[in-house]
This record gives sequence, C-alpha cells and structure tokens, in this order.
Amino acid sequence: MKPSGAERADIMVNAVLAKSFGLNAEEYAKVLTIMGRTPSFTELGIFSVMWSEHCSYKSSRVWLKTLPTKAPWVIHGPGENAGVIDIGENLAAIFKMESHNHPSFIEPYQGAATGVGGILRDVFTMGARPIANLNALRFGDPKLPVTKRVVDGVVRGIGGYGNCVGVPTVGGEVNFHPAYNGNPLVNAMTVGIAAQDKIFLSAAAGIGNPVVYVGSKTGRDGIHGATMASTEFDANTAEKRPTVQVGDPFTEKLLIEACLELMQTDAIVAIQDMGAAGLTSSSVEMAGKGGVGIELNLDNVPQRETGMSAYEMMLSESQERMLLVLKPERSEMARAIIEKWDLDYAIIGKITNTGRIVITHKGVVEADIELAPLSDEAPLYHRPYTSAAKPAPLGETQDPVGFEAALLKLMACPDIASRRWIFDQYDSTVGGQTIKRPAQADAAIVRLEGTNRALAITTDCTPRYCAADAEAGGAQAVAEAWRNITATGALPLAVTDNMNFGNPEKPEIMGQFVDAIKGMAAACTALAFPVVSGNVSLYNETEGKGILPTPAIGAVGVIEDASRATGLAIAPGQQLILIGDTKGALGQSLWLREILGREDGAPPEVNLLNERENGDFVREHILNGTVHACHDLSDGGLAVALVEMALAGGTGLTLHPAPAHIPAHAYWFGEDQARYVLAVSNPTAILTAAHAAGIQARHIGHAGGNNLTLTGANPISLTTLRDAHEGFFPNWFA
Amino acid sequence: MLATGILLFPGINRERDMAIAVEQSFGRAPRVIWHKETDLSGLDLIIIPGGFSFGDYLRCGAMAAQSPVMQAVKTHAARGGYVLGVCNGFQILTESGLLPGALLRNAGLRFLSMDTTLSVERNDTIFTSHYQKGQVFRAPMAHGDGNYTADPATLDRLEGEGLVAFRYADENRNGSARAIAGIYSPNHRILGLMPHPEDLVDPLMGGTDGKPLFDSLAAA
Repeated sequence: MKPSGAERADIMVNAVLAKSFGLNAEEYAKVLTIMGRTPSFTELGIFSVMWSEHCSYKSSRVWLKTLPTKAPWVIHGPGENAGVIDIGENLAAIFKMESHNHPSFIEPYQGAATGVGGILRDVFTMGARPIANLNALRFGDPKLPVTKRVVDGVVRGIGGYGNCVGVPTVGGEVNFHPAYNGNPLVNAMTVGIAAQDKIFLSAAAGIGNPVVYVGSKTGRDGIHGATMASTEFDANTAEKRPTVQVGDPFTEKLLIEACLELMQTDAIVAIQDMGAAGLTSSSVEMAGKGGVGIELNLDNVPQRETGMSAYEMMLSESQERMLLVLKPERSEMARAIIEKWDLDYAIIGKITNTGRIVITHKGVVEADIELAPLSDEAPLYHRPYTSAAKPAPLGETQDPVGFEAALLKLMACPDIASRRWIFDQYDSTVGGQTIKRPAQADAAIVRLEGTNRALAITTDCTPRYCAADAEAGGAQAVAEAWRNITATGALPLAVTDNMNFGNPEKPEIMGQFVDAIKGMAAACTALAFPVVSGNVSLYNETEGKGILPTPAIGAVGVIEDASRATGLAIAPGQQLILIGDTKGALGQSLWLREILGREDGAPPEVNLLNERENGDFVREHILNGTVHACHDLSDGGLAVALVEMALAGGTGLTLHPAPAHIPAHAYWFGEDQARYVLAVSNPTAILTAAHAAGIQARHIGHAGGNNLTLTGANPISLTTLRDAHEGFFPNWFA
Repeated sequence: MLATGILLFPGINRERDMAIAVEQSFGRAPRVIWHKETDLSGLDLIIIPGGFSFGDYLRCGAMAAQSPVMQAVKTHAARGGYVLGVCNGFQILTESGLLPGALLRNAGLRFLSMDTTLSVERNDTIFTSHYQKGQVFRAPMAHGDGNYTADPATLDRLEGEGLVAFRYADENRNGSARAIAGIYSPNHRILGLMPHPEDLVDPLMGGTDGKPLFDSLAAA
C-alpha cells in the first residue's frame, strides 16, 4: 500500500491500482482523458487525493452551495482556509471547525492532537492570532472499555497540543451514543483575530516568484490520510495506523510566531498550510486559485527520512508545514525570520505561467498535470437520496419514578454530567483574556486584547434529534448555537459547520445529509447567521453501521461591552423567569431515554420566528443590565437548566409547582426550544416588558437556601445534586 | 520603578499575560528579551513566564536552563538582582540551580487547569508586601509538572529559613511536598511559583487576587 521509490518502477498504473487509491473506473477514465496518456504513479497519487471526498467534496458540494453564506459583516465566506467576519474596531474574527474523526479512532491521542494542530494552521495561515479552541466530541457507549480508552486519549491529545501551543481551550461539547462505538467524532474549532487589512489568502501570483516551504521536515507519516478519511472502517482498521500523523505542538508554536512575525512585513504574496494531502493540495490549490502554474523541485524539500520518492513527498501529511509564495526581493529577509524561530526554510519551486503543476525529483519529471481540469473536472455527484419518514409524535407518557429520582439520574447521566474532569485538563486561561471559562456561561467569552469587546463562542448539535428528523435536527443545531451566544448577551454573527455523516453512497444517509442542510439553511436564514466556513466528514461507518447524523455547528458572536457578558451563576434572592413556550416536548428527550429507556417520538419543534423574537428580547434585557444570569434550555429541559444555574452560583432554589395543564414530568424535563431562564431582581418589570413584546414569560421561583425546594416534593440538597452531577467522569476514570 | 525584562524562550506562551499584568501595575511595558541575548545590564527584575520552553520534551525547563540568557540571569542573580519565575519559569529556575528542588509530574499524572488557593507565608519580601501574612488568595494553575519535590533536609531548611513563599491552602492537587507552591532564594530576591497570579489581575477575568504581587513589585 505504501510503495517506496524503489518499488514504484515495478508497479503498473492501471484501473486496478487506481481503485486501490480510491478512484473508481469512471473517475480513472476521466484521468486518462485529462492526461491523454497513462499517468505516472505520482500523478495518479495526486489525482486520487485531490479527487478524494475529503478534498473535492464531490458528494456534498451541490448541497453545501444551498447554505446562506452572505451578510454585510461577512468578509470571506466558504472557499478560503477559514471564514472571516467583521467584528468591529477594524478587527476580523477568522474561524473554522474541522473533523479528525478517522485518525482519532485509530490513534486517539495523535488523532485529536493533530486535529487541533490542523485547525490552528487553517486560521493563522490567514494572518490571525488564534485566541480560542473548542472541541465537539462524540463517543460510543461509556460501558465499553474501548470508549474509555478513546475518551482518555482524545482528551489528553487535545490538552497535550492545545496547552503547549498556548491557545486557551475554552469550550465544546461531548455526547455519548452506541452509534459512535467504532467511529468517534473529534471536531476541533479555532477562532483567531486579525486586523482587517492584514488578511492573507492562498491564491498564488507573480510569475517567477519563489515557492517557499516552511516548518517541519517531511517524513512518510500520513501518506494517503485524505483517502483514509474517505472510506469506511472495517476489521483491519488497525492496520491503517501508519496513515495517522504525529503532532509536534512546539513546532506549531514556533510556526505561529514565525508566520505572524513574517506577516508584519510585506513579504508574503500567498500562504497556505499543508493539511490533508500535504504538499499536493497546498500547491495545486494555491496555483489553481491564482490561475497560474507551479514548478516544484522535490530535491529541495526538507526531509526527515532518506530515500523518499516523489509520490511519498507529495502525499505525506507530516504536520506543522506551510507553503508560501514570496516576493523575490524579500525572500532573504523572510529566511532570517523563519530561521530565527529554528524552522526549516527552503525555496522548493517557483510560480510559472504554464497553468500546469510540474514536479521534478532527481532530474526526472515525476508529474506534469494541467491544473484547470484537475479542479474543474473533479468528480461531482448528485447522489440519490431518500428522506426518512417523519417520526410519529410521542404520545402520552407516564412518570414511573417521580421528580427527584428523575432529576438525580439526569444530572448524573453521561450526556448531562459535569464535564469538569475534561476541561480541568485544558488550559483555558492562557492569554489572560478568558472572561467566561468552560461551564461558566452558555458560550465561552474571550476578550479582544486591548479593547472592551469580547467574542462569544460555542459548538452545538443534538445528534439524537438529527437521527429522528434530520431537517429539524439541522435547524435545531443552528438555533441552539444562536441561543447559546444570545444567552451571554452577545450578538450571534456567523457559523462554521462540521458535517459528520455515514456513507453518502447509501440513499438514506445522503437523505440525512440533504435534510440536515435544508434545516440548517432555513435556520441560518431566519436568524441572519450565515455559514462562513466548514468541513464535511463522510463515510463515518464501521462494518456498515453509520453514526448518528451529526451536523456540528460552531458559532461566533460579539459583545461590544465585555463587562455585560452574562453567565449561569445565580445568587440568593434573585427571581427566576422562564422565557418561551413550554408544551412539554418529551419526544427524543433525555428524560425519555434515561427514565423510560426509549429513543423515539419526534424531536421538539423548532419555531424559528419564536427563536428570533425570544432571543432578541433576552439579549436586549441582558444588555440593559436587568438580567443577572441567563441559561438556555436544552438537554434535560427546565429542571436541569435550573440545577446547573444553582450549582454554578452555589445557592439553592425554591420553585413554583408545574402548571396544571402539563404533566409535571413533561414540564420539568421537556425539551421545548427557544427557551431561557433569566435571573432578575424585579420580576414584575421583566414580565411586563415580555407581555408588551408578545413574549411568553413566567415567574417560576427564586434563588436562596441550600436546597432545591419544590412544593409537594422532598427538598433536595445542593450537595446531593452536586455529587450526582460531578460524579460521572471522576468515577469512570477513578 | 524596577527596570523589568521578560525572557522569551521558544515555546513560552504566557509572556503576553505577564506583560499585561506588569504593565498594569508598573505603568510601563517590560522589555522582552530573546533567549539568545546575554546582556541584562540595566535591568533590576527578570521575569521568566510560563509555557513549554523548547517543547519541554526533555524534563520541563531543562533545555531552557542551558540557554545563553540563563548564564546572564545567573550573573544577574549573583549580583543581587531580582528574578520571578512562574510555572515553566519556576521549572527553569530549579533546572538552572537558582532554586532548590524539582517539579515532577502531577501526582494524578494529568494536566491540571483550575483556580487554586495560595496562602502567603510572609509579606516582608519585595514580591508580597501588598498581601497580608497568612492571606489566602486565588490563582489559576495550568501545568502538568507542578509536583514540588526536594529531599527532606532541603524541605526542612526551606521551612526553617522562611524560604517557603506560598502553599496550596485548600487542596494540594499536584502532590507537592508540604503543599509548597512557591519558594524563595536565601536572599528572598528570587521567587519561583507554579500558579499564575498574572492571569487574575482584572475583575472581568474573575478577580484581582494576583494583582497585589505586581503591585508589591511596582512599589519596590
């Protein structure tokens, strides 16, 4: 599978070899037409990675185009290394989320670590200093030993890399479900900040300009990683371990500082990180976007192993490498900056006017491909799809356990239990700008150094909703991200999406993808929340079984006065107000799963008009100073949200009984959308304001004491609730 | 006002946090000193911030301790100059022999990132004059190797000679000997500690518990 240069001459390039590289017969025929001859081994390698699902988006492209991507504050939407938005004061937020799912199952530590490294490079390659990392993680059944191994490795990997590079890890989410047993999801998000007039793009220009390689040396690691990420797993997956890359966060830190220092000069014409498909995709994309040609002499590529072939160098996914096009008269100054940071600097080629990529190695032309057809004629599939029937509504349920038992079980269940064990392993304060750390607010709040502004950042998705109804689930993921940002007082601005699905060649999986996109598009439009970057990870299947459809949403908002940013913690004496309509939606709820052992019914309705109106009302009252704490309602519903606020503030609660028209368990644990709990001093004022605005609002109790007190139920001590909530991870890893 | 420099080794990542804290109390930005520089003349206080110098792939701080600038820091210390090392900076000071003992892997073998509480052992040093003796204050910690260790005789000497600067007040999470979080040199002019007072100097970030340390230095 990994021929060395010596073996290569014996290998016949034909349709059989192409198939083993992931190109089907039709795709290989297209290669022959474009080339007008049989491609060389290296050329075939280049076509196979550029046309892999991972690099070409061949199954998803037609649908991704239907997402809204524009708004007055969008500076660069999808198509660049990351999305760029205007956040005021001549600053731009640059951000993206990207998956590293397949590597993270094969080798959890390195898979997760290099996932963090890769997404950091996508952001700083555009000129941004990274200021925050988040991670959206999905794992299998916690009862399985393999899940524990994967969780441990992924958490250590994220921490090992993120802590060392000095970018705070400030948030994220974790779900467990048996559907992820053989295929965990590791979606890493980075947010960076740049001056709006200092944003760097990847389109190469300037005939004769030097092409410069910066960073770590190239080895044989990760060869064909992009192809691996485009296939399903089987029992032989462990044999793919050599295709997982190894990360070096120290070199990444040097690369960040070196690139940002170089970006203060005028030396750079274009820059791109070497991510999936390494030198191949960076050189092809830079030249292709610039409409120029590129010549590379691989003899000059810094190598850490001997005897590497052209094929191996072009497909290596060695980490911590960047490709630059420089102004020739600045190249020696650039060398001095790069070498000051102890990084390799090598001129490995030049920009040409041929429109071709020409690769030579040891005096031999190993590849000579016309660039335009390599991208323009890349496969594009309108895959057949079938939408699943909408699930039947849940119908009535009986509560077999009562309020106290259900609440304690939910607070302790893996999907709700405190994530403290995880985020206590991540440096969340480095940089000195973290206003709200993990679990302190619905979104992380990070100040923009030297200003009064802050960003609110979150990741969200509820895969069980998506599995039941992908369209509703896609809309819900966007709405929840918008709500989480709103609940801090920030204005939600834009989204990055990380689409994790199974095998798109199965119509029912493609149907999930299409429906999720439809739901997301509707929500993004209704909430003025465009998609500016993203990533698609398909073939998340093991032995023919797909994951839950997981369109993870990363989102960024801005709050102009950072001191207004609001968290969860309530204080004694504060009055609690529920905003939004409570119908008692228990379909696909965690109460239904944890208490009745059922995963059925329709997910909660997403009413985008209500989302917008309720959210705008809440944000307005946070910003005018009348709201002391705020929490959106999601997994586990009202009761869980209230306990989280109580635990954050270290105070008890006294709650009014459920209204008569809803079963008590549906009131406390239903997962109706577009809802928030506010803590205020003056309940009458906010109820009056809500009434005037046509917003549903209800006074539900107040904070104080050391117990959760509900009329007709035994008081539950805060200590009991805290022990239940904090226990799961420490006990699991004890 | 102490003329102050912050050392920058490759892989250091809390130099900006430190510079912000210093500038806030001193009213003046510190000088940033690259690890290959050897001239520290004119500086009164050298600060070694946190991070992962040279990746810390060897023992934490061991590579940085061999850097050219650390020879200059030793000279600076020998002539009575002030030195503050935080987190990786503390590790570099022990690896350089400027402070005794060593920082081992945390007892639980995991990275620890959370607020901790420190008790002030004495407030008659240049670093602590704005704290009360016995005061307990919060400081974020973020390290994988903060488990302070020394032989019993050294620990006895540190305690006996009043060279313990801070102890973990509530919970000794990393397993440090005698809950020691920070120590002084015999002349009390060198301080090394694991937690990060520089990350708690602004009410917006959750408090100003770390600010008195910088105010103490600013008043010196």
